[in-house]
Amino acid sequence: MSAITQDRSETLAPFGTRLDRVTDPVRKAAAGALHRSGLPDRRVEEWRYTSLRFLNETPLAAPGDLYDAGKIQAQLEELGLAAGPLADLPRLVFVNGRYAAPFSVLPSGVEVSFFAKAQTFGTLSSPDRDPLTALNTVLAEDGAQLQVPAGKNVGHVLLVSLGQTDEAVSFHPRHAVTLEEGASLVLISIQAGRGRYLHNPVLEVRVGEHASLKHITLQKEGEAAACLATTYADVAGRGTYDSFVLGIGGALSRQEIHARLSAPHATVHVNGAQRLAARQIGDITSVVTHAAPDCISRQTVRNVLDGHARGVFQGKVYVDRVAQKTDGYQMNQALLLSETAEIDAKPELEIYADDVKCSHGATVGALDEDQLFYLRSRGVPDAEARQILIHAFMDEALALVEDETARALCVQMLAGAFPVTGETV
Amino acid sequence: MPAVTETREAVEQLGQSSYKWGFETEIDMDLAPKGLTEDTIRLISAKKEEPEWLLDWRLAAFRAWQGMKEPTWAKVSYPPVDFQDLHYYAAPKKKPGPKSLDEVDPELLRTYEKLGIPLHEQAMLAGVEVPEGEQARLPVAVDAVFDSVSVVTTFRKTLEEAGVIFCPISEAVREHPDLVRQYLGSVVPAGDNFYAALNSAVFTDGSFVFVPKGVRCPMELSTYFRINARNTGQFERTLIVVEDGASVSYLEGCTAPMRDENQLHAAVVELVAMEDASIKYSTVQNWYPGDENGRGGIYNFVTKRGACRGARSRISWTQVETGSAITWKYPSCILQGEGSVGEFYSVAVTNNCQQADTGTKMIHIGRNTRSTIIAKTISAGRSDSTYRGLVRVLPKASGARNFTQCDSLLIGDQCGAHTVPYIESRNMGARIEHEATTSKISEDQLFYCRQRGLSEEDAVGLIVNGFCRDVLKELPMEFAVEAQKLLQISLEGSVG
Repeated sequence: MSAITQDRSETLAPFGTRLDRVTDPVRKAAAGALHRSGLPDRRVEEWRYTSLRFLNETPLAAPGDLYDAGKIQAQLEELGLAAGPLADLPRLVFVNGRYAAPFSVLPSGVEVSFFAKAQTFGTLSSPDRDPLTALNTVLAEDGAQLQVPAGKNVGHVLLVSLGQTDEAVSFHPRHAVTLEEGASLVLISIQAGRGRYLHNPVLEVRVGEHASLKHITLQKEGEAAACLATTYADVAGRGTYDSFVLGIGGALSRQEIHARLSAPHATVHVNGAQRLAARQIGDITSVVTHAAPDCISRQTVRNVLDGHARGVFQGKVYVDRVAQKTDGYQMNQALLLSETAEIDAKPELEIYADDVKCSHGATVGALDEDQLFYLRSRGVPDAEARQILIHAFMDEALALVEDETARALCVQMLAGAFPVTGETV
Repeated sequence: MPAVTETREAVEQLGQSSYKWGFETEIDMDLAPKGLTEDTIRLISAKKEEPEWLLDWRLAAFRAWQGMKEPTWAKVSYPPVDFQDLHYYAAPKKKPGPKSLDEVDPELLRTYEKLGIPLHEQAMLAGVEVPEGEQARLPVAVDAVFDSVSVVTTFRKTLEEAGVIFCPISEAVREHPDLVRQYLGSVVPAGDNFYAALNSAVFTDGSFVFVPKGVRCPMELSTYFRINARNTGQFERTLIVVEDGASVSYLEGCTAPMRDENQLHAAVVELVAMEDASIKYSTVQNWYPGDENGRGGIYNFVTKRGACRGARSRISWTQVETGSAITWKYPSCILQGEGSVGEFYSVAVTNNCQQADTGTKMIHIGRNTRSTIIAKTISAGRSDSTYRGLVRVLPKASGARNFTQCDSLLIGDQCGAHTVPYIESRNMGARIEHEATTSKISEDQLFYCRQRGLSEEDAVGLIVNGFCRDVLKELPMEFAVEAQKLLQISLEGSVG
């Protein structure tokens, strides 16, 4: 029964009848919320800078079961995952949103299950408030669900999502990661693909007491693809959720992170960097909720924008009345490389506790003429000097990635997408 | 602890009486019937003897308003305003626009005397009330607006000699229709937003200032707004036009009686600065804020915007916001002229149950335009205060420059302070810097002051004044003194 009076269903046209075939009560509730809200347009405050019109251009079918193994292998090779130091890391590979066992290597010491079997939705996400999460809830088919037992340090796990399609499709993986007390994990999410598709993952993260999750997301989706990802993290006392997002690909991408510090002395890092060109739109949005005293949050986001690209940063720090002694810091910097690039930033503090130390800063500008002059005066050609400065700007952001393997991967991916000529420094 | 006792005593003394402008003036009023229809607008227009074009303009605004929704994006909450339960016209029963002070109802003059607004030119020139160590007061020309009409404007002769027009806008409509018609609504269009549309439809009075080419206005101009009548909304409209190379400094003050019900104040202020012109607009907003339980107080929903049309023009907004139950106000600058400058200096203080959502918009259109935003927010009691500001750089604004600093101070653990800046740049040659901090009064600073024998109240006052210094120093001298006192009064009872 979808007898909803006030609805904005027309925005859901690309999904056709896929949204109506649900029976599960959770999915039905999400479908109801989605029909009421529709996909957000720019009149919705949280979406004022990112338009989803891109999605309305073509119908998005459910992907088929079959894929071309050769093409997947080629993609993995291109990403540097088939050979070299990363080849040996355990990995869970998803193709068009479904688990692809032949390309995967299960990690040891981690309990792994799949959404396709268990069909359990977590409790951290809010489909009634976030339409993209509702969309995922209605259409989710598969996803990885990892549980790291107490005290266990399992090292690296790759979570690879590949799109490989000839027709326009959408897939909506539902992932979950739970770290029990004192556990630690380095999770590297890689989002890439070919063709026209919408990748709409939801990830729920629970970090237990004294546990530590380092989560690096590399987004290098296909040129015609959209990636609308939402992560919900809940961090217990003295736990750490250290996340970094690198955005390079996709015609349209949004990495939305909701992190909640729910017990004293928890720490959250929500760092990120985007390097975009052509007509790309890249959005990093975060909501950090300090719900307990003595917690720390840190955020540094950098954007380098060329061509007609548009970068969006929205970062909200919410400090609850009980969250005394909060230490929150937010920094957002953007470099515009062309006359037609655009940056929209909205750092936001919402504070209800008085004994806090919260600050944010933002800067926007072009390359520093003095620095360019310095390099030019030392004989570095103009183009190269610019490259060096851009490289240095991005490098400072990448330095926030503590894990060396992940950082090397970031550097390699960035260099692959934006070759640096004559790198001499 | 003595400090605590002292504080408590201070609070007890204060009680409700801390709002010393809360008295009511008994005066015969001419009221329009409650409610808002086209007839109300025709009535206002007829009372003001307005030309046809203005009535049409009002009616168009009214029709636009009917199709609009109240904005809900601000971080304020209040019960819905019943726009049909208001009087849209209230005037003291006396011919509007008296020619001299002698014609003004003495009751009114007493009101302004009580408010400390000098309407007697003679007295001011003689330099009365010169506190020790201060310079003699410079003459200030005052336009006093009482409910819907301007009751008196002082120093008109001196200003006329200089070529400056300073009069109630209703009079300007009659005396200088071409000027008003040319500029009215040119910065804030009639259908700009819900409250601006409402104001355009029903505005009753306000000030009009015109400073011709090359004239430096010989004295500060000031408008003093007073809401008095019950169940009225105040909708004033101010228009300031400054021609090439001219300059003016304009002050605005506001108070209202203490009442249990809420009253609506929806003003529009438009500023136009031509080539090399400069406008300094200072506000000390002290509408009745409601009592400590949040009963009563003014809803202050104001649209203020300035257009820097000419090259190297400059518009500077300085505001000290201590009053109003709810403030919704974003004095803005449209920086069109090459090299034009926009400034926004703000102190917003909320206490008890007050809510303020205030900030600015700096729209950089022309090349080498510059803007500075300094916003200081202080929250105490159970209040909520939000800085909301937009810096937008359009593609042609090469070399644009913005610096923004927002600092929030929280006093007590039941209040909230929020910062919501929007930064939008579409020009690589623009440089934007923004920084914001939120903290409480540092224990060290407090200890230092206490140790030197200051009471806790005084120490907090001192620290808060220091916190606001960057803004207060932008105010004209006399205003700055008043503002400092006001800060102290607004925050009294919030510590201890």
